Amino acid sequence: MTTSDASTGDLRRDREEGWIGGVAAGIARRFGIDVSLVRVAFVVATAAGGVGLAAYALGWLVIPAGDSRPARVRIRTGRAAVEVAVGTAFLLLAVLLTFRALGIWFSDAVVWPLVLIAGGGALIWRQSMGGSSAPAARDPARPEDPRTPPVDPRTAGAKSSATEAGRHAVAVRETTRAAVAISRTGLGIALVVAAGIVFLQATGALGAARDVLLAVIAAVVVLGVIFAPWVVRLIRSLTEERAERIRSQERAEVAAHLHDSVLQTLAMVQRSDNPAEVAALARRQERELRAWLAGRPAPGQSSRLASALEAAAAEVEEQHGVPVEVVVVGDRDLDQAHEAVVAAAREAMTNAAKFGGGSPVDVYAESDGQRTHVFVRDRGPGFDPGAVPADRRGVRESIVGRMRRHGGRARVTSEPGSGTEVELVLEARP
Amino acid sequence: MTEPRVLIVDDHQLFRAGVRAELEPLVEIAGEAGGVDEALDAIEARSPDVVLLDVHMPDGGGVEVIRRAATLPGASPCFLALSVSDAAEDVIAVIRAGARGYVTKNISGDELADAVRRVHEGDAVFSPRLAGFVLDAFAGPAPQPETELDALTAREREVLQHIARGYMYKEIALRLDISPKTVEAHVSSVLRKLQLSSRHELTRWAAERGLDL
Repeated sequence: MTTSDASTGDLRRDREEGWIGGVAAGIARRFGIDVSLVRVAFVVATAAGGVGLAAYALGWLVIPAGDSRPARVRIRTGRAAVEVAVGTAFLLLAVLLTFRALGIWFSDAVVWPLVLIAGGGALIWRQSMGGSSAPAARDPARPEDPRTPPVDPRTAGAKSSATEAGRHAVAVRETTRAAVAISRTGLGIALVVAAGIVFLQATGALGAARDVLLAVIAAVVVLGVIFAPWVVRLIRSLTEERAERIRSQERAEVAAHLHDSVLQTLAMVQRSDNPAEVAALARRQERELRAWLAGRPAPGQSSRLASALEAAAAEVEEQHGVPVEVVVVGDRDLDQAHEAVVAAAREAMTNAAKFGGGSPVDVYAESDGQRTHVFVRDRGPGFDPGAVPADRRGVRESIVGRMRRHGGRARVTSEPGSGTEVELVLEARP
Repeated sequence: MTEPRVLIVDDHQLFRAGVRAELEPLVEIAGEAGGVDEALDAIEARSPDVVLLDVHMPDGGGVEVIRRAATLPGASPCFLALSVSDAAEDVIAVIRAGARGYVTKNISGDELADAVRRVHEGDAVFSPRLAGFVLDAFAGPAPQPETELDALTAREREVLQHIARGYMYKEIALRLDISPKTVEAHVSSVLRKLQLSSRHELTRWAAERGLDL
């Protein structure tokens, strides 16, 4: 594992080669000595009163992490892995003994079992969650690797490199992996069980009833540590299944909607040979699809000002084949007076479509809860309001009269050559 | 002023061809691009004056093009977003990224050519729907008007309302008894507010889309 490239230079922690923080490896690289020597020195210094531990911590804090070499996947195989495990265990033992000697200590009955549980639990969890193929061997029916679900993209980056390393290691040890998996899990279980036994032994002096209680607690803890990984995996796969089910339901819903609306319209478009009719179909479909995308109720079943105006515009558009563009700022519930506003606006749109010479109709509505303002405008030939022809009297009645009856007002502005605009205003009564 | 050179960016080949056919007699076409990377290459190679930009494209869409074009040396075209979507979050995303205008795809060829020219001359281009959206976003008093950018002036509101009602700049100038240049100044000022304002509605939309503002 020790690299021989004597690229010295600055003193930097070497996280590639290091076991913990890379302090020892960094020092070894800087001074060109074997990393094992540095590590032994640290361990000895730690055993001799904790100096090594403090020095290591200081080094970790002070020495910057080095990235002088391109990142490289570290693969520990066979003997190296055992060496690492044993080394780490000794280091930990040294630290604990130091603490014990210094008096920072609870009791033998708590600390040792905890250490054993941590070690055994780590082995089992690693075996179950991380880089080995034991689960696949146990569960041959499951086609895809259960450890690589379609993960949350935020963690995907971190996970994938670990999984990569795991995969590579697995490939190297193709033949022995099952044996390794079993021995690791076995060792882990043994450690955890031993922890339980040590714990019971150390507290054996206590009363029998308490012994039983403690035994039960210990057993529960032991079983929990052993089975937790499988339980977690079960929950995880259930969650995945549920997410998948929700996704397919949503897909089915979208498909059903598109089938009823867009595909239907496309089929009608293909049968039609009247351009005006095709345009009207397309406009209506577009309007409906936009309403659906925006999460608004479909035009027609509206109790809000914006959707009622859009529905009115859609009807006028269909009847007269003239595009009606609706822009609404703010929205409010429809009461009787506002229904009258919508009806008057609808009448104005009809007029604009009829007499606007086929130009697009712009509808703009604004409502802030107090005041509602609607403009309907065309770019047609316009007319002289001073010389209103007799046939417009009804129109004036259904727009101006209707607004007045509901406490609002309407104004028609028109000039020959520059189109017509109808303005409707309704103030909320205090 | 010479005719602006236009780059058409859209991932639908058929749509590019349609826009090109409509614009070709009216302005100079510098080229077409069918994706984000292609667009950036074309901007660098042909330095167009105006980029007609589709909002929805794979690999980040129009917002990504604007952001990465800012890092290109030399070329600094104006961007005019041309999209089938009129959803508020699409509009806000591309305007805040730096587009000078936003028009929807049902715009006529003449209007589009006019919009291209106006953007090229430094003006902002608002369609009625975009004007309505801006009015909506700036509606009412800001909860905590931190800067004057968080509110529209009465005149700006008036101009935007006229745009939403379907009036052209010239007609608005006539109706409000101001010069067309003043109308353009108001519209540009609204665009700047839209890009810089800290109003929480705008920031929230941006945050939901993961934009750095």
